[in-house]
Amino acid sequence: MVSVNDFTSPIFPTWCPGCGDFGIWASIKNALVSMDFEPHNVMMVYGVGCSGNMCSFINAYGFHGLHGRAIPVAEAIKIANHEIPVIVVGGDGDLLGEGLSHFITACRGNPNITVILHDNQVYGLTTGQTAPTSDKGFKSKSTPLGVIEVRLNPLVTAITQGATYVARGFAGDPTYTTKLIVDGIKHEGFSFVNVLQPCVSFNHIHTYPWYRERIYKLEEGNYTPHDSTKAYEKAIEWGDKIPLGLFYEENKDTYQDDLPQIKPLPLVKQNISNIDISELYKEFI
Amino acid sequence: MKLSSKKKPNIINNMTWKIAGEAGFGIAVSGVLFSKICTRGGLFVHSYSEYPSLIRGGHNTFQLTVRDSKVYAPFKTVNFLIALNKESVTKHLFELSEKALIMFDPDENDIATETSSRKDLVLCPVPLAILSKNSGADRLMRNTVAMGASMAILAYDLTILDELFKEVFADKGQEVIDLNIRAAKAGFDYIKEHFDNSSYPYRLEKNEKHSQTQMVLGGNEAIGMGAIKAGVKFYAGYPMTPSSTLLQYMASKQLQYNIVVKHTEDEISAANMAIGAYYAGVRAMTGTAGGGFSLMVESLGLAAITETPMVYVVVQRPGPATGLPTWTDQGDLKFVLHASQGEFPRIVVAPGDTEECFYVTIQAHNLAETYQLPVIILSDKFLAESPKSTYPFDDKNIKIQRGKIATPEQLQAIGIYKRFDLQAKDGVSLRTLPGMKNGIFLANSDEHDEHGFSNEESEMRINMVDKRFKKFIAASAELPEPVLYGPAKADFTIFAWGSTKGPILEAMEILRRENVSVNLLHILYISPFPAKRVNELLEICKTPILIENNMTAQLGSLISEYTGYEIGNKILKYDGRPFFPEELVQRIRAIKNQKGLKKWLA
Ligand SMILES: Cc1ncc(C[n+]2csc(CCOP(=O)(O)OP(=O)(O)O)c2C)c(N)n1
Ligand code: SF4
Ligand SMILES: [Mg+2]
Repeated sequence: MVSVNDFTSPIFPTWCPGCGDFGIWASIKNALVSMDFEPHNVMMVYGVGCSGNMCSFINAYGFHGLHGRAIPVAEAIKIANHEIPVIVVGGDGDLLGEGLSHFITACRGNPNITVILHDNQVYGLTTGQTAPTSDKGFKSKSTPLGVIEVRLNPLVTAITQGATYVARGFAGDPTYTTKLIVDGIKHEGFSFVNVLQPCVSFNHIHTYPWYRERIYKLEEGNYTPHDSTKAYEKAIEWGDKIPLGLFYEENKDTYQDDLPQIKPLPLVKQNISNIDISELYKEFI
Repeated sequence: MKLSSKKKPNIINNMTWKIAGEAGFGIAVSGVLFSKICTRGGLFVHSYSEYPSLIRGGHNTFQLTVRDSKVYAPFKTVNFLIALNKESVTKHLFELSEKALIMFDPDENDIATETSSRKDLVLCPVPLAILSKNSGADRLMRNTVAMGASMAILAYDLTILDELFKEVFADKGQEVIDLNIRAAKAGFDYIKEHFDNSSYPYRLEKNEKHSQTQMVLGGNEAIGMGAIKAGVKFYAGYPMTPSSTLLQYMASKQLQYNIVVKHTEDEISAANMAIGAYYAGVRAMTGTAGGGFSLMVESLGLAAITETPMVYVVVQRPGPATGLPTWTDQGDLKFVLHASQGEFPRIVVAPGDTEECFYVTIQAHNLAETYQLPVIILSDKFLAESPKSTYPFDDKNIKIQRGKIATPEQLQAIGIYKRFDLQAKDGVSLRTLPGMKNGIFLANSDEHDEHGFSNEESEMRINMVDKRFKKFIAASAELPEPVLYGPAKADFTIFAWGSTKGPILEAMEILRRENVSVNLLHILYISPFPAKRVNELLEICKTPILIENNMTAQLGSLISEYTGYEIGNKILKYDGRPFFPEELVQRIRAIKNQKGLKKWLA
C-alpha cells in the first residue's frame, strides 16, 4: 500500500507560509494515494510559477518544462505512452496567459490528461503582477492604474472549448479538492480542475475568509453536470456566491481513442530496431 | 523547318528541359512526370522549380537537367523551353542556349517580337489548347500535350509515359488515364506530322546499360524516409514553406507505419510536444523554416537542460520575417548555432543532397539519444524541393542506437538512481522513462541537482554546465570528418556547407576539363565544428574559396572564429536563388584571373 509519504520528495516546499499551494499539494498526493498509484507510474508535468515549483516537492516522474508549455509536453507524453496517468500542474499565468492557445487546443482535442490550475489571480513567482484571471481594475505591480481587460473565466473557456470534465475546487478545502482530482483522473478525456488558491503575499482581496464567505457546493442544490448551458450559467457566477464542484462532464471519444496508430501497442513499446521501408520507395519511381 | 546543309551530330542525353507558365496549371506535376520518364529510361536527372508564394496567377517554372551519368545540380542554361504563356519567353530568353527550342501555342501567344533578337532559336509552334480540347479535356491538359510533343522532338519512347500515366493515375480511374494518354499522343502525333526535328540537335535516348532503379526524390521526403527508418513514431509540426512537405509526407504515412503526426496550434507546441514524446521514450521530430524555428528557440534550451534527446529539422528560406517564402537561402546557420538563451551543446548537421538527408536523419536520432541533447538538421528550399535521381537507400545495415536507457535489472542494482549522475565520465548519464520502477527523476528546466530537483548552488551549477559540455566533447570524437571531394591537391580549395555541394561538384567538373583543378571540403557536421580538419587544410591549400548562399559569409566567420583564418575569396549569393554550376565556374575563373594581382588570403 502506498502512503502520502511515498509521493513526498525530500525537499520541503519553499512556498510562503499559508500559501494555498500547500492545500493543492496535499490534495494531489491524497488523490494519488487513494487511487493506489505507485509513484513510478505517475507522470506529473509542471508549468513555471510558484505552482510549478511543486515539481521538487513531489516524488513521481516529473517534467518541469517551460513557462506556459506544460500542456503540449503532457499531451505528447500521453500519446507516447497512454498507459500512465498524466497530470499537469500550472498557474493561471502559465496556463491561461503564456499557454492559453495550448489550453484551448487541449480542450478541443480531449486528450486523456488532467490539468490542475492554481487560480490565484496573480503572478506569484514574479512577485505580484496581474494575471488573466484578475478582475478588471485589479491594481498590481504591473498594473498600478488597474487592469483594463476583463477577467478570463477558466471554467467558461473550458466548457465552451470542449473540455469533458470541468470542476472547481478550493485550496482551503483539500478533502473536497482531492475528490474532484480523483474523479478528474478517472474521467476518460480532458479533465480540468480549477482550484481557487489564496496567494497570501500578493492577493489581499481573495483571501481564505473572502472565499469561505462565498463558496458553496453545486451538488448541495439539485445541479446535474451534464448540460453545457447550465454549466455556463453556473460558471459565470462570481461575486457574492461562488460555486465549487463538478460543473460539466461528458463522455466522448478521447484524442487517444481517435489514434488507430496506438491501438496495437503504446508507441513507446513499438519495436523500431529494423523497420522495413522498401514500400516507401515505390511512389518515387 | 529546313535541314541545314552541314549538320553537326546530335547531342544525346545532355540537356536541360524547362516548362514555364502561370501557377495552377500543373507545371510541377508535369515536371515530376517528365523526371520519372527519364529515370525509368536509365537516365539521371536533377530538377529545380521556382514558384511565388501564391496559389494562382504567378509565374511557375520547373526545369530538369538530364544526363546518362549522375547529375549533381540543375543547370541554368536551358535547351528546351515549353512556354505556356508569353511571359515565359520574355523571362527565360536569356537562359536559352544556342539552338534552344521554344515550344509555344501560336493560337494564344505570338512570340515573334520577343524572339527577334535570337535567330538561332528553334521555334516550335504547337496548338496546345486545341489539341488539349480535342482529346476530350479543356485547356488544362496543355502541359500533357506538350509533354507528348517533347517526347516526339527528343525522339524518346512514348510508351514509358503511357505506363507512367497508368500507375500514377491508377486511383483516379481509367477515364483519367485514357485522357492523359490521348492528350500526350495528340502532342506526339502533331510533331510527327508538322515539325521536322532535324533542325534541333538535342535528343534523349534510353540508357539500356543502366538497369538500376532510381527514385526521383527531394530532400524533405528523404528526411521523412530517414525519420521513418530511424523509428520516429511522433512528428509534430506547423505548416511553413519549405518544410510543409515534410509534415505532409509524415502525415501520409501515419497508418502504414504507426506514426502519430500532429499539426499543432503553433511551432512552440510542436517542439514542446516532440520533446515530451522523446522524454517518454518515443523517437520524435519537428520540422519548420526559420520563422517557425524562431518560435521553437526556447524549447531548444529545454531539451538541452533536461538532457532530453530531440531532433529539429530547419528548412531555410530567405528571411527576415516572412521574407521570400518559396525561395532558397543559407541565412540561418548562425541563428541555429546560437539560438536560445544560455550556453549548452547542440549538434548541427547540414546535408548536401538527398542521400545525405536520409542518412543524417538516422544519425541525428542516434546522436540525440546517445548524447541526450538536441540535434538540428539544417536544410533549405533548394535541397528540399528539387527532386533528383536517387538510388533506393542502403537501408539493410542501419543501426538504431538508443544510448543509455536503463533496464529494470540495472535500476534494481543501482539502489539510489540519479538521472543526472555527475560521475559519468563522458557526461552521459543513465536515462529512464516514465513508468520504470526505481527510475524516478525530475526533468527540470531549472538548473538542478543529480535527481533533477531545483538547485542554485554555485558548485552544482558549474558541475551541471560542465556535465552537459562533456557530452559535446565525446560527440566531437565520434562524428565523421568533413569529406574532401576532388583531387587531394588542387589549385583552388572550396569550403562550403549544405546544398551548395551539388552545384560546386558540377562546377568542379567543368573546370577540371579546362585544366583548372579544384577540390571541395564539404562541412557536413557544423557543430561541433571540425576545426582541426579545416585548419589543416587551410594551412596546405593553395587558394581557398568560400561559397555560401547568403550575404554575410556565415561559415566564413565560423572558420575565422575557430582557425584565425579569413578566407578572402568569397562567392556569395542571396537573391533567393541557388547557385548554378555555370555561374560558379565564371566566378571561380574570375578569381583565377585576379590571382597574382592581389593577395586574397588575409
Ligand atoms: C518565457 C518566460 N516568460 C516569463 C517568465 C517569468 N515567469 C516565471 S513564473 C511567471 C508567472 C507565474 O504566474 P502563474 O503562472 O500564475 O504562477 P504562480 O506563481 O502564480 O503560481 C512568469 C511570468 C518565464 N519563466 N518564462
Ligand atoms: S507568492 Fe503567493 S503563490 Fe507564491 S508561494 Fe507565496 S503565497 Fe504562494
Ligand atoms: Mg498565478
